[in-house]
Amino acid sequence: MMDSAAVLRETPLVARHKALGAKMVDFHGWTLPIYYSGILAEHETVRRACGLFDVSHMAQIEVSGPDAVAFWQNLIPTDVAKLRPGKAVYTHLLNERGGIVDDLIVSGLALDRTFAVVNAATTEKDWTWIEAHRGKLRVDLRRRSPERGIIAVQGPNSRALLAKEQGLEAVSRMGRFEAWEGRVFGTDLFVSTTGYTGEEGFEIMAPAPDLPRIWDALLDRGAALGVKPCGLGARDTLRLEAGYLLYGQDADDDHSSLEAGYGWLVDWDKGEFIGKEALMRQKKEGLARKLYGLRLKEAGIPRAGAAVSIGGRAAGSLTSAGFSPTLKAGIGLGYLDRPGLKPGDAAAVDIRGRSAAAEIVKLPFYSHA
Amino acid sequence: MPNPASCRYARTHEWAWSSESDGLVWVGLSDHAQKEIGDIVFVDTPKIGSKVSAGQAVGVVESVKAAFDIYAPVAGEVAAVNVEIAKDPALPNRSPYDEGWLFKLKPSDPAQMKKLLDQAAYEAFLKTDAAAHAGH
Repeated sequence: MMDSAAVLRETPLVARHKALGAKMVDFHGWTLPIYYSGILAEHETVRRACGLFDVSHMAQIEVSGPDAVAFWQNLIPTDVAKLRPGKAVYTHLLNERGGIVDDLIVSGLALDRTFAVVNAATTEKDWTWIEAHRGKLRVDLRRRSPERGIIAVQGPNSRALLAKEQGLEAVSRMGRFEAWEGRVFGTDLFVSTTGYTGEEGFEIMAPAPDLPRIWDALLDRGAALGVKPCGLGARDTLRLEAGYLLYGQDADDDHSSLEAGYGWLVDWDKGEFIGKEALMRQKKEGLARKLYGLRLKEAGIPRAGAAVSIGGRAAGSLTSAGFSPTLKAGIGLGYLDRPGLKPGDAAAVDIRGRSAAAEIVKLPFYSHA
Repeated sequence: MPNPASCRYARTHEWAWSSESDGLVWVGLSDHAQKEIGDIVFVDTPKIGSKVSAGQAVGVVESVKAAFDIYAPVAGEVAAVNVEIAKDPALPNRSPYDEGWLFKLKPSDPAQMKKLLDQAAYEAFLKTDAAAHAGH
């Protein structure tokens, strides 16, 4: 329920969503579409064709200056050697305890210019964190939102859609986690081959006043490719199937990248970074808990917060859960204090007082062909 | 068959329809409820033979978004459940007043039907604030 006293923030596309008949919800203070036609249909659109998402609520931060790259080296566990111009990385901001301050995507634009996209709910916290850690480095931190918005183009037909636009042909052929900057649609665009759906796709960042025009052009040109607008509901079912973390549910300040199963983004040999000592200790001593994927073996829909037991003993709870439209089964993520569990191991999930049989499964739940 | 005009409604958004052919009260979700709930992916219906009281939570409708309780609009004994929904949980979305019925009750007090809202009263209720916060 929305707080009637609160004024919700609107993205540059709010009039488009209303005209398309979207059901709008309050998402961390932003009014955003949860769905247009229905969550299942939109989920299917992204898995089979291509969906457009308005993700303008996410915050964009540009870090430039001679020490821009060195600045990130201290803040993230990923080696900034991977942050060459034209490359993008998914990574975590860590605190001294190895806990996740936020998850984010950082792109290299030039040797002295980088660009980060962070979560909406954590924007102010992230800003405070990175400002506090600039030290004497020669960096300029600049908020690029809400002056710029973001459209995510996601699904197997996303390349074909971008290829229709003069000036984006080369962009449409970029590999995963690449970044590009240039002028298309008569404006300054920044495009990365990133997303939150488990499908191929792009995230297009553009000045707010130009966003509706770009949205219209993509929908118009994409009609024959089955391109449709998609809301936050499908974004959540898609990301859960892809095993992506939702910050505030599956990741927070008290759980580390290792516990979240994202040890692959830690480059141990890169030198010092905030949280390294804590992560090394966890690695040496072993993890006390770990994020697992669970799949129900019977009918029923698990929900976030559900207790999980193994061998009749409490083991943790689900942090995200729901119905997987692709697998047609209940799935969930949860931290369990049994670090050695293997796919196929039995678990039980509480569904409103009933114990439902589940099993540990390998993540992601779904990956595209 | 039930239709929006021939049904009566609980403030928790179930419809109830007295069938003259079988003497049972059929129960389903109002069109308003199914729209609010969204894509239904699982329905937990009550057990045949169970005795329920008016206003008792007797089942659950799960959509992609969340779980919603189903309340018995009148007291009685569960005489039938719609087994088609197990195979096709979206039936109450597609056909809320017809193929999407949830269960049928043998009413213990048929006069309880009169306590439910008629279509006009239900539609007026939907326009009030209370509807947004009740049940679904």
